[in-house]
Amino acid sequence: MFSEDQIERYSRHIILKEVGGKGQRKLLDGSVLIIGAGGLGSPAALYLAAAGVGTVGIADADVVAVSNLQRQVIHHTPDLGKPKVESAREKMEAINPDVKVVTYKSWVRADNIAGIIEGYDFVIDGTDNFAAKFLINDACVLAGKPYSHGGILHFIGQTMTVLPGESPCYRCIFPNPPPPGAIPTCAQAGVLGVLPGTIGTIQATEAIKFLLGVGKLLTGRLLMYDAEGMDFYASPIARNRRCPICGENPTITALHDEEGAMNACDLG
Amino acid sequence: MIPGSSRFRGFFCFGDIRQSVRRMEDVMEITVNGERKTVGSASILGLLRELDIDPGRVAVELNMEILPKSNYETTGLNDGDRIEIVHFVGGG
Repeated sequence: MFSEDQIERYSRHIILKEVGGKGQRKLLDGSVLIIGAGGLGSPAALYLAAAGVGTVGIADADVVAVSNLQRQVIHHTPDLGKPKVESAREKMEAINPDVKVVTYKSWVRADNIAGIIEGYDFVIDGTDNFAAKFLINDACVLAGKPYSHGGILHFIGQTMTVLPGESPCYRCIFPNPPPPGAIPTCAQAGVLGVLPGTIGTIQATEAIKFLLGVGKLLTGRLLMYDAEGMDFYASPIARNRRCPICGENPTITALHDEEGAMNACDLG
Repeated sequence: MIPGSSRFRGFFCFGDIRQSVRRMEDVMEITVNGERKTVGSASILGLLRELDIDPGRVAVELNMEILPKSNYETTGLNDGDRIEIVHFVGGG
């Protein structure tokens, strides 16, 4: 049952035939983990909290730095020096007291990620480096956990939703991380501050659609966004039978850290 | 840059590429990231070079099959091929 406040708060959802009271209940009963409280994680966390996703987990070991504020909109100037997960928690709780926020002040690693993602319905990758992106893919595929991949650099963003065992995973496309030094970092190349707002919001949209069980997820398509040319293109992607983790003869059967997959986007 | 984006579409306006394509008798029409292109390259590696794309920064899917990087040089192009070129984008 909903309280009077909840009926009012979620009225614009409840009136949607695709959501309704039942859908809002699914959101309130749902749980989403956001890994990375940076550019992508900020809009995702804000919108999931506003939408009334009942449990939002957020993982990040970092503290808020002044160079973050150009794009990491969940963190404000008075938050400088504060752990990002605490800053994020305060904003999410302020937006919506219905939301239970669970914080993990830690980087994800091969030895802790399985325990962190366990129990969540959906995972959002908002991390800033290839080591974490490959680890999140591996952990979610091995656990059968649906997740959203996201990446940003310069004026370019990309995202794809992965339903393990059903749709292509990140390693289906990229079996291994890029060679060290092949891809410039955000600190080197820069990133348009508004760019993660677009990609992180798409990731939150996918999480909400997944919880609701409505619509068509961004599976089997890698969506690429060029903010400079204002162009969206979704590359159709098939599962890769040679995929090292979800292919016919997987070579990755346990989690490992991708040593040498350098920080792609020193977002601090 | 995103192949297939407006930025990518400009690649074929480069004068030197257009001339080299014109000289080739064996040009092909393929689709790259949803855009029909006429190209002169005989292999995936040649196509990436023609497009000025570093093979280390991308994955290539040919007719809905992701190609191992080791096959870029030996995989030929055929008229009507559908190619997707996707970049590593690692920031967040």
